Amino acid sequence: MKFPYSFPVTRAFSLYLGQTALLALETFSSILAGRIRWRLVMRQIVEIGFGSQAVVIVTGIFTGAVFTAQIFFQFNALNMSTAVGPVVSVALFRELGPVLTGLMVAGRVGAAMSAEIGTMKVTEQIDALRALAVNPIDYLVVPRALALMVSMPLLVGECIFFALSASYFVATRILNVNSVFFLHHMETYTHGKDMVMALSKGFVFAIIVVLVGCQQGLSTRNGAVGVGRSTTDAVVISSLTILMVNFFLTMALNIIFPAGGAHY
Amino acid sequence: MTSSPDNLIEVRNLRQTIGSQEILRGVDIDIPRGKTLVLLGQSGGGKSVFLRHLIGLMRPLSGSIRIEGEEIAGLDERQLEPIRRKIGMLFQDGALFDSMTVYDNIAFPLRERGLRDEKKIRRKVAEALELVSLSGQEAKMPVNLSGGMRKRASLARVIISDPSCILYDEPTAGLDPIVSDTINRLIRRLQSHLHVTSIVVTHDMISTNHIADRVALLKEGKIHFSGSLDDLHASSDPVIRDFIEGRSHEID
Repeated sequence: MKFPYSFPVTRAFSLYLGQTALLALETFSSILAGRIRWRLVMRQIVEIGFGSQAVVIVTGIFTGAVFTAQIFFQFNALNMSTAVGPVVSVALFRELGPVLTGLMVAGRVGAAMSAEIGTMKVTEQIDALRALAVNPIDYLVVPRALALMVSMPLLVGECIFFALSASYFVATRILNVNSVFFLHHMETYTHGKDMVMALSKGFVFAIIVVLVGCQQGLSTRNGAVGVGRSTTDAVVISSLTILMVNFFLTMALNIIFPAGGAHY
Repeated sequence: MTSSPDNLIEVRNLRQTIGSQEILRGVDIDIPRGKTLVLLGQSGGGKSVFLRHLIGLMRPLSGSIRIEGEEIAGLDERQLEPIRRKIGMLFQDGALFDSMTVYDNIAFPLRERGLRDEKKIRRKVAEALELVSLSGQEAKMPVNLSGGMRKRASLARVIISDPSCILYDEPTAGLDPIVSDTINRLIRRLQSHLHVTSIVVTHDMISTNHIADRVALLKEGKIHFSGSLDDLHASSDPVIRDFIEGRSHEID
């Protein structure tokens, strides 16, 4: 075969993209066709959404705290300490909240999905599902996809809430920023569109984590070693994809919801 | 190709490769309705691969597979579902869902087919477990079962939905002679009482002698022999004799 297929890497990459796109197509067509097992969706919401809260809250608290401290150290030198609030808030809503939540969930949930589905694959449990006339996409992927698409925006919101609370605490209680100015400026420069951006990004990252995690699991081969490799790949691929897609999302969403400006 | 109503499954010129290796090189076989066919062959000879084609878990490279006269070779996953509801498969290691208890595993096909009446499910699960001599094991997780128990629980999961045909992938491999005998008797009982068509892939001659109505031998990707158990034992073909008597021609 000719370029670009003569390069094994290009070929493997095209194959991977194709398989993931097909998985996406099958998953969304199943959802649209109403082949949804609500009991499994609920169970997955508890497992992957509810269960990810501790990780997301801790991430939010310490990111908010450290980011506030750093911004304060820089801005205080310029006598702009009350600008800490809006800077931290806008950064959290637009970038840090969704991206950090995405990365943490990719690590926790993406890995678990890939390991669980991968183990089912190598122990013939996926074939057993098919042999029992149960479609593995409907049974395994659809509930996880719906659960994460619901949970992820909520987790992003939760991460940002705790990050902002930590930010307020560090700024006003430890670094002695005036709390009225802090809150007033934060409120002035943070808009509804910033929140919409955070939640939309969370939604898109949920789709990435589910598709990569499930695709890695379903294509697992070679026993326990294969499961290990799939799990690692799921985390690496979904984390990198989140970071790359985030850039393009930022550019695209900035056209719809332009940044900046104050509302009084 | 015309199908005979006596045959449940008809396979013609089935070919399959895995990687660069040609596993099936044109398999032709008829599987009669209500009988037990034992497919013999060496390990790694493509028996399990053949079996997986009969329920659509693998797509043939070329050739035809007809089940009750319907060609399944070109069907997609969703089109295969009605066929799969009629055919059960016992996997080599049982393939029980390890996140569920034995009870939930066996109830799974019933629930997936829309049965919601928990009382009825409980009764059917108890019956299926009794049939495979596993009563009282409902609450256990598959990981806490022995190999033989896992296989029997898996068989209960297959028979609970009353399939008209069951595919057995090495049902007695790795089991002690007594558990093997239980499974052999069960296969026999399902065939004689419920007229289930069985296709058993094995290299266990004791099991073959116990359960087979017909025997086929797969060698180098083709059906080398097909006939009755008596024909098999009466054959003077050296390949068949070596297999029956367990002889290899390797030099010590």
